[in-house]
Amino acid sequence: MDETDRAIINELQIGFPVCDRPYRTIAEQIGTTEEDLISRLEIMLEQRQLTRFGPMFHAERLGGGLSLCAMRIPDSEYEWVTNQVNSFQEVAHNYARDHEFNMWFVLATETRERIDEVLKLIEAATGYRVYNMPKQQEFFVGLKFEV
Amino acid sequence: MACIRESPTPVTPPPSPGVCKHKGVYSFSTDPTDTVNTHSTPTLDELDRKIIVATQQGLPLVPQPYHQVALEVDATAQEVMERFQAMLECGIIRRIGAVPNHYTLGFRGNGMSVWDVPDEKVLHHGKAIGALDFVSHAYQRPRYLPEWRYNLFAMVHGKDRIEVMEKVKTIADMLGTDDRAHQVLFSTRILKKTGLRI
Repeated sequence: MDETDRAIINELQIGFPVCDRPYRTIAEQIGTTEEDLISRLEIMLEQRQLTRFGPMFHAERLGGGLSLCAMRIPDSEYEWVTNQVNSFQEVAHNYARDHEFNMWFVLATETRERIDEVLKLIEAATGYRVYNMPKQQEFFVGLKFEV
Repeated sequence: MACIRESPTPVTPPPSPGVCKHKGVYSFSTDPTDTVNTHSTPTLDELDRKIIVATQQGLPLVPQPYHQVALEVDATAQEVMERFQAMLECGIIRRIGAVPNHYTLGFRGNGMSVWDVPDEKVLHHGKAIGALDFVSHAYQRPRYLPEWRYNLFAMVHGKDRIEVMEKVKTIADMLGTDDRAHQVLFSTRILKKTGLRI
C-alpha cells in the first residue's frame, strides 16, 4: 500500500459524491486519475484492505430490527448452543468472547417486532437466557482510522 | 448535477413529487447522539427498493456508477442520483464510502471495551470516546443488574492486545472517577459471519 492508497482510504471514509463522474472528482482531490482510482479500489477490495465500498444503509431506518445480544453458556454446552443459535438466519454474526458473557451475536430482522420473537425462540431452543442489548444511543463520528 | 460531498444539499431542480417523500415522514437529525428509536419507518417505494438491492453489495466500479445503477433499475441516472441524495438526507443511507478492514490494515487487536459510567454522564463520555481515533463505534446499551453493569460500549482497535490495553487505559484516565468499572472482551473465535440482509 502506498501514499495514494492511504489517501484513498482516508478520503473515502469521509464520503463519496453523488454526481456524474464521482470517481473523477475524488481522483482530482487526491492527485490521481479516475482510471487509477478505480483500479486501486478494485485491488483493495480484492485484497480485503477494504471490506466494502458503496452506500451504508441504516437498518433501523429501513424498518428492520438490529440488536446486539449476549449469552452466558457453560463450556461443556458451548458447541451445541452455538449450532442452535447459528441456525437462525436472523443471526448475522456471532463471536465467542473471553468473558463470563461468552457469546455475542448480532440479530438483524426484517421488522423491529421480530427481534423479541427471535430472542424468545433462541431461549426456547437453548434453555439459556438471551440478554438483549440494543443500542440506546450511538456516538458516531465520520472519519475513523487514518492510515 | 454538481459534485457534492457530505451534508448533501437538496437536489436541484426541486425534486418532483414523490422523490423526497422520505422527508416529512420524519425529520432526521444529524446530531451524532441522536437516539435511534424515535423515528418512524420511512416509506420506500419500488424504485428505492430496487436501488437498495442493486447497491447493497457495493457501488459499481465504473466511471459513471450512478448511470450503471440506473440501467439495472430501469430509471434515469438523474432519478437514481436524486434518490441517493434523498436517502442520504433522511438517514436511510448513512454515507456513501469505503469501510477499511481493520485487520488487514494492521489493527490485529480489537477489543470490545465496556464501561460502567453514571447514566447522566453517558452522553458526555460517549461523545468524547466516540471521537477518539482508535475507537470505531461507541454505544450506550442497557444494563442488566446485577450480572451486567456496563452501559457504555466502545470498540477499541490497536496493532495487538497490548496496544488495545494501553488505549483502554487512556479512556480510563479520561473518565477518571466516572469509570466505576470497566472490562475488555476480546473475541476468541468467529462463530458465524454473514452479511446483513435487508
